[in-house]
Amino acid sequence: MKKILAVLLAAVMLFALAACGGSGNEDNEKLGMSESPIAAVELKADYEVPADFKIGFICLHDENSTYDLNFLNAVDKIQEALKLTDEQVIVKVNVPEGNECYVAAKDLVGEGCKIVFANSFGHEDFMIQAAKEFPEVQFCHATGTKAHTEGLDNYHNAFASIYEGRFLAGVAAGLKLNEMIEAGKFTAEEAKMGYVGAYTYAEVISGYTSFYLGAKSVCPTVTMDVQFTGSWYDATEEKNAAEALIAKDCKLISQHADSMGAPGACEAAGIPNVSYNGSTYDSCYETFIVSSAINWAPYYNYIIGQVVKGEKIAADWCGGIAEGSVVLTGINQDVAAEGTFEKLQATVEDLKAGKIKVFDTANFTVGGEAVENYKADVDTDAAFEADTEVVADGFFHESEYRSAPYFDLRIDGITLLNEKF
Amino acid sequence: MNKLNIHIVKRDTVVWYKSFLVRAIAIIASLLVSAVVITLLTGKNPIEVYSSMISGAFGSSLRIWSLFQNVAVLLCIALALTPAFKMKFWNCGGEGQVLVGGLATVSVMMFLGDSLPYPVLLIVMVAASVLAGIIWAVLPAIFKAKWNTNETLFTLMMNYVAIQLVAFFLKYFVKSGSGILTPMPEHGLPVILNQPYLLNIITVAVLTVLVYIYLKKTKHGYEISVVGESENTARYIGINVPKVIIRTLIVSGALCGIAGLILVGGTNHTISTTTAGGRGFTAIMVSWLAKFNPIYMVMTSFLIVFLEKGAGQVSTDFRLPVAISDIVTGIILFFIIGCEFFLQYKILVSKGRKEND
Repeated sequence: MKKILAVLLAAVMLFALAACGGSGNEDNEKLGMSESPIAAVELKADYEVPADFKIGFICLHDENSTYDLNFLNAVDKIQEALKLTDEQVIVKVNVPEGNECYVAAKDLVGEGCKIVFANSFGHEDFMIQAAKEFPEVQFCHATGTKAHTEGLDNYHNAFASIYEGRFLAGVAAGLKLNEMIEAGKFTAEEAKMGYVGAYTYAEVISGYTSFYLGAKSVCPTVTMDVQFTGSWYDATEEKNAAEALIAKDCKLISQHADSMGAPGACEAAGIPNVSYNGSTYDSCYETFIVSSAINWAPYYNYIIGQVVKGEKIAADWCGGIAEGSVVLTGINQDVAAEGTFEKLQATVEDLKAGKIKVFDTANFTVGGEAVENYKADVDTDAAFEADTEVVADGFFHESEYRSAPYFDLRIDGITLLNEKF
Repeated sequence: MNKLNIHIVKRDTVVWYKSFLVRAIAIIASLLVSAVVITLLTGKNPIEVYSSMISGAFGSSLRIWSLFQNVAVLLCIALALTPAFKMKFWNCGGEGQVLVGGLATVSVMMFLGDSLPYPVLLIVMVAASVLAGIIWAVLPAIFKAKWNTNETLFTLMMNYVAIQLVAFFLKYFVKSGSGILTPMPEHGLPVILNQPYLLNIITVAVLTVLVYIYLKKTKHGYEISVVGESENTARYIGINVPKVIIRTLIVSGALCGIAGLILVGGTNHTISTTTAGGRGFTAIMVSWLAKFNPIYMVMTSFLIVFLEKGAGQVSTDFRLPVAISDIVTGIILFFIIGCEFFLQYKILVSKGRKEND
């Protein structure tokens, strides 16, 4: 009995202590999140969807992965915009990148789907297998690379010019660095950013390079270190990578990986963070600046429209800012530098008008020399050889010869701390 | 103070119709409990949810083929683990043994597919996958037989080595750096009667009968049971225990290798680190639920695959998070495993003697 009393008393005292600690500090006035600098593009449908139309979606994971959640949110958006019933939109989640994807695609065809969409890179070969079997059904695949060489009328790839979104996020990062330099926190020469990447793969290289070029466009002395984790989703590895970069004196961190590892590490260390796939403001409101993301709803709108109207779907489709495929979250006004919102708005207009090219060869060098021509491995084949000239008119033509990124140059100013294939 | 004493007493054998009845009650009870949970959590009609489960497994000929194909793979791995389990050798390395079997298959398809005539290629594929599976299973067996190392840890760790090995070879095979190996159906197992999964299903059906005979009717099978019951007895009656351990794990590994062959050569025609997809562990449950009887294992593997397919269909039809289907699957398995307890033991309640507090 005495023991129990003692334990109870101790518990009460602990609670009292905790309560004191909690009421100690007062919150400062928070400005919070702004609007997105990119005006939202409304989903417009100039077609009427027949009641017997069905579309099927295949996702690698479920809503617990930020990558898949981004696709599923877009499914909800298009379903609402086109007023489709639950019977018309069939979603299969947790479909592995194997024969299961082929079975799922076939099953969706059996359910009467006119379009089957799959969201993961490894689904591609199994989608092609199903596409060959059902020529009357359209098979659309995000992030794939083979549609333009496969020569099938009913198999299509899609991506977004997310490098433009990354560039914009980079501009916000550069402005933040400038603010910190002006405040005397470090010199212009010490302005170094860190980047947590998944794999040393074109999609990631294109992403971090455009981010870096965005920052460099406003902060010319900036450099960047990149650390790869070797996984698209690994919270621990991403956290470790971010901490390693912070220990190497990186003043600002961004990432291309799907967990909260890097943003969380930044919040803990008080280092500003530029995020990806969506806002991390809710858990990282002291360090989150802005995030870029792909919105898939415009592509869904496009493919449904083409099928309903009986028109062909492009083998490769790459949505940009104008289509509403590339989006930015709002800006965290408590962390971002002053004037970021206005600068981003202006940059958006310049990108739309073509006044700024993200991969302008005047803005970067490789091995100290300007890039005048470069052959990239655009066609996926057994040879894995560079096959297409992609530099012309003074810039690198990203996502033009196929929708998935193929920029894989190692430009000056960026140091790779490791490589992971 | 009077205390109630609860005794758990082992039952004698239960007559078949009683055990059938208990199992039937368990399944009905599990469905009722799941129905309540479904209604409380989601507000959906449980009858509709169950019919969606059934349609997920049997709704079209494609789904039925896919169901039996998945049963075949899971059953094949369970068949592989069973001889080891019967011997009380806890082979938790099915996942790795299947993966290396698959890796061997895919390597043969990739490097010899164009140069060897098809019949020779098939023979090499089978031999390579079986050999790889054997190597992965026999290493822990040798260590167990010679130095009495812990086979559970050893086989578990071999899984990670196998996964990393596949990751390493994928980097080497796939030059683009994407880590996705293009399928090679042209070098796969033959398709009979135009049904891509038929050969897999027939192969596993034959293996089921063979493993049944091996365990029940042969001297090897008898030796396995004796070693499993008591190693000392086995030694006393002159069984060479290390030899039996190693020999049994050769069988176990070979069957896992064949599962890898079926998965890679007969189904996916490519490999990734997730090709085995946890089946190496699910198979442990299949084998245990069936009390190591290969014929019952047909039913237990069918049950598990049915629940899996049904659960997937429920989350698609009702746009429910997969977790809800997992809860239902969990409840059903809980009741089925739970009723086994009541079949083996009875609970006696008696008033105990007075005790001093």
